[in-house]
Amino acid sequence: MSHDRVEPYSPRLILGLESSCDETSVAVLEEGRICRVNLVSSQVALHEKYGGVVPEVACRAHMEVLNPLLQEALDQAGTRLADLDAVAVTHGPGLVGAVLLGVAAAKTLAGLLEIPLIGVNHLEGHLYSTFLEHSDVELPLVCLLVSGGHTQIVEMTTPGAYRVLGSTRDDAAGEAFDKVAKALGLGYPGGPRVEEAARRGDPSRLHLPRPMLEAGCEFSFSGLKTAVLVHLQSPDRVSVDDLCASFQEAVVDVLVTKTLRAARECRARTVAVAGGVAANSALRHRMEEACRKAGIPLRSPSMGLCTDNAAMIARAGWELARLGLRSPLTLDARPNLPLSSRI
Amino acid sequence: MVSHSVTETESLGERLGGCLRAGDVLALTGDLGAGKTTLVRGIARGLGCPEPVSSPTFVLMHVYEGRLALYHFDAWRLSGPEDLLGIGAEEYLEGEGVAVVEWSERAEGILPPQRLEIRLESLEAPEERRICLRGLGLRGVELLEGLG
Repeated sequence: MSHDRVEPYSPRLILGLESSCDETSVAVLEEGRICRVNLVSSQVALHEKYGGVVPEVACRAHMEVLNPLLQEALDQAGTRLADLDAVAVTHGPGLVGAVLLGVAAAKTLAGLLEIPLIGVNHLEGHLYSTFLEHSDVELPLVCLLVSGGHTQIVEMTTPGAYRVLGSTRDDAAGEAFDKVAKALGLGYPGGPRVEEAARRGDPSRLHLPRPMLEAGCEFSFSGLKTAVLVHLQSPDRVSVDDLCASFQEAVVDVLVTKTLRAARECRARTVAVAGGVAANSALRHRMEEACRKAGIPLRSPSMGLCTDNAAMIARAGWELARLGLRSPLTLDARPNLPLSSRI
Repeated sequence: MVSHSVTETESLGERLGGCLRAGDVLALTGDLGAGKTTLVRGIARGLGCPEPVSSPTFVLMHVYEGRLALYHFDAWRLSGPEDLLGIGAEEYLEGEGVAVVEWSERAEGILPPQRLEIRLESLEAPEERRICLRGLGLRGVELLEGLG
């Protein structure tokens, strides 16, 4: 069991820990709303503190960075460990070793400080990220969660009640961007590179498939990626800029169409886009336009809260506390943890 | 051999999945879009893993529970085998389940000597793929023979 039912509680200061994939992040959240600090390892110059460069992909990297990052976060928040009222931590889904490390750290702190431990689903964190900045998010919320590792549409009817309306059957949208960028020799990470090239290109130059456009909320981007690669082999290939523009247009078309369809079907009162791909300005622009036409407010988190961060984990932890949930100190890392309702 | 469709590639995977036993390692190579993840989807079915298989590129590894656990690695984002060691891959290779490594050329040096190598190549027709299998070591050859 990952959670026990207790009397609902409302921790004043929550420490959030996130280490599900590349980023290590530590946040301190006050009263569920005020973000005292939200540090993400790749954005903080900690190198000199422990000597050496952060290898991008390694659990060891999380291990090396976590302690100095925690100390830095407490300093910047002007708080001490003893002031904390709860610890919220991502316990899945993600890379097993990376998640394990965060969970082990959180359990140690919770046990030592005798404060509640709250296991949070990483995707649940993304869902709540929008509440950190917007106080007018009305439910039901339909959220497009789109990143390098995930692409899904989730409905939240009340806090803790989620329904996954559909997810990707193969590649995530962000991954398709990365792979297309690599094939075109644009480098990594692919999202910003493709976006930049697309700005100079003509999206109508090449018609690419819109995979599963009519099929509910399920996604598939592997075929679109392959279509781009096949086109690269053809004798009448278009310019890189045009190809990027056409590819981006196809991805955005699918994401916007499906999100809006889901929003209408759920009679959503708010739409949000979260996750790293939400930084794509073509997607933002088209989603704004579509929501305006449909008369549904769009309340997406700002860029810094779109990518993986611990503030959203702390916020989700605060919501779970108010639902009367806390995790035992036997909490496990769950690399495949599915998003399921808490109530 | 040549697969003419996604469905055929999946059924080859499924047949292969049925032959696998604990500790087996499959090393997959092939360009983007060659159908590596498609093949793994079939293998998962053959192993009786009910969960849908998606690409592990971003999180580097997915685990699926079935008749045997399937450890699905993807080395695409990695710079070399040391990165795979960094995520603890050695604990899963020749472990209690079956390990499948996509982009295995980036994992060379840490893969066990007994394994089945599978190379996928795109052909002229959009869904057509050439699939080359090579068994390394006793177990690798056994698997190859098992597939007939």
